Amino acid sequence: MAFHTYDDLNDTHIDVLREIGNIGAGNAASALASMLVTPVDISVPEVSFLDYGEVEERLGGPEQMIVGLLLFLEGDVEGMIMFLLHQDFANSLLTSLLGQTLPESGEFDEMSYSAIQEVANIMAGSYANAISDLTGLSLNITVPSMCVDMVGAILSVPAVHFADISDKILFISDEFSGRDLNAPNHVLLMPDMVSLEKIMTNLGIEL
Amino acid sequence: MSQLIKVGISDLNVARAPDTLVTFALGSCIGICLYDNVTKVAGLSHIMLPTSGGKADGQAYRYADTAIPILVQKMLAMGASKARMKAKIAGGAQMFGSATSNSAIGNIGKRNVDAVHQALARQGIQIIAEDTGKNYGRTVYFYADTGIMQVKAANRGEWNF
Repeated sequence: MAFHTYDDLNDTHIDVLREIGNIGAGNAASALASMLVTPVDISVPEVSFLDYGEVEERLGGPEQMIVGLLLFLEGDVEGMIMFLLHQDFANSLLTSLLGQTLPESGEFDEMSYSAIQEVANIMAGSYANAISDLTGLSLNITVPSMCVDMVGAILSVPAVHFADISDKILFISDEFSGRDLNAPNHVLLMPDMVSLEKIMTNLGIEL
Repeated sequence: MSQLIKVGISDLNVARAPDTLVTFALGSCIGICLYDNVTKVAGLSHIMLPTSGGKADGQAYRYADTAIPILVQKMLAMGASKARMKAKIAGGAQMFGSATSNSAIGNIGKRNVDAVHQALARQGIQIIAEDTGKNYGRTVYFYADTGIMQVKAANRGEWNF
């Protein structure tokens, strides 16, 4: 048997993905703490399968402005990771790292762009390592690209990419808190179908 | 009272004056506005991908080549004339800029624009206004009263076509 859509996933499969989400979020929180030189607490992440419309609503509606960061997974596991950061969260990060906030225009200058990109890089690395540690598969992440725009427009990118697979995506919602840092953070983890099969097979779980 | 009729992603709908159609936050997707200025019948389709490739996957509204003929039929059923129909289109952006240009999804906006042009040409419908490409999201309001397509881009402004 092979996976064709996310509907083929049973409870055990979903538990595995949840566990990846949990480990990834835990790693991301410690990475963030060392980068910001401040303790960062993380609530238990909420992991769910949602359709795009639901994700939009959770994030404040299709026209809500958001900072989107997109990376690709390459290697044994292929797919996409997308971070959806509220502008408050991006501002908190920039305050901690650079002592400045987002420019009023909403346009990032080069310095802010690099700082946010680096944070995304580290956080995505945490999720990639979670997959790798758990399964023994090896994977890399690409350099993150960033886009500040309406949630709906940003979500059209994974929606198009995964249109043939599913109208649902694995949605992880974390609440990071720490000094000057208190904002929800959202991660979309989207391995392709073949990679999902590899993850399960390597863990000895039947498809 | 005029109504605001929402059109979701991979969806389409028709309206008659004085109602307004709206679709939010188009990225690489395209909003196709069709209008008959005599009967004031308007149609709006929000397509996500260029062609169905002949697949009958129950997602006809998702693809440019299958959605546009359906939109035309729905407008004809409301008394519109195909000979009078004109098109205005918006969307087809490349979100995340050039960073994704090498991947298959990088140029999906451009492929959508091309597919919409072809699908409209097959129907013999002329495009009289177009706001496509670039790298930002667009919300489209289409007023059945006037046939005006209003494009709003976050932090960038709004334009009437």
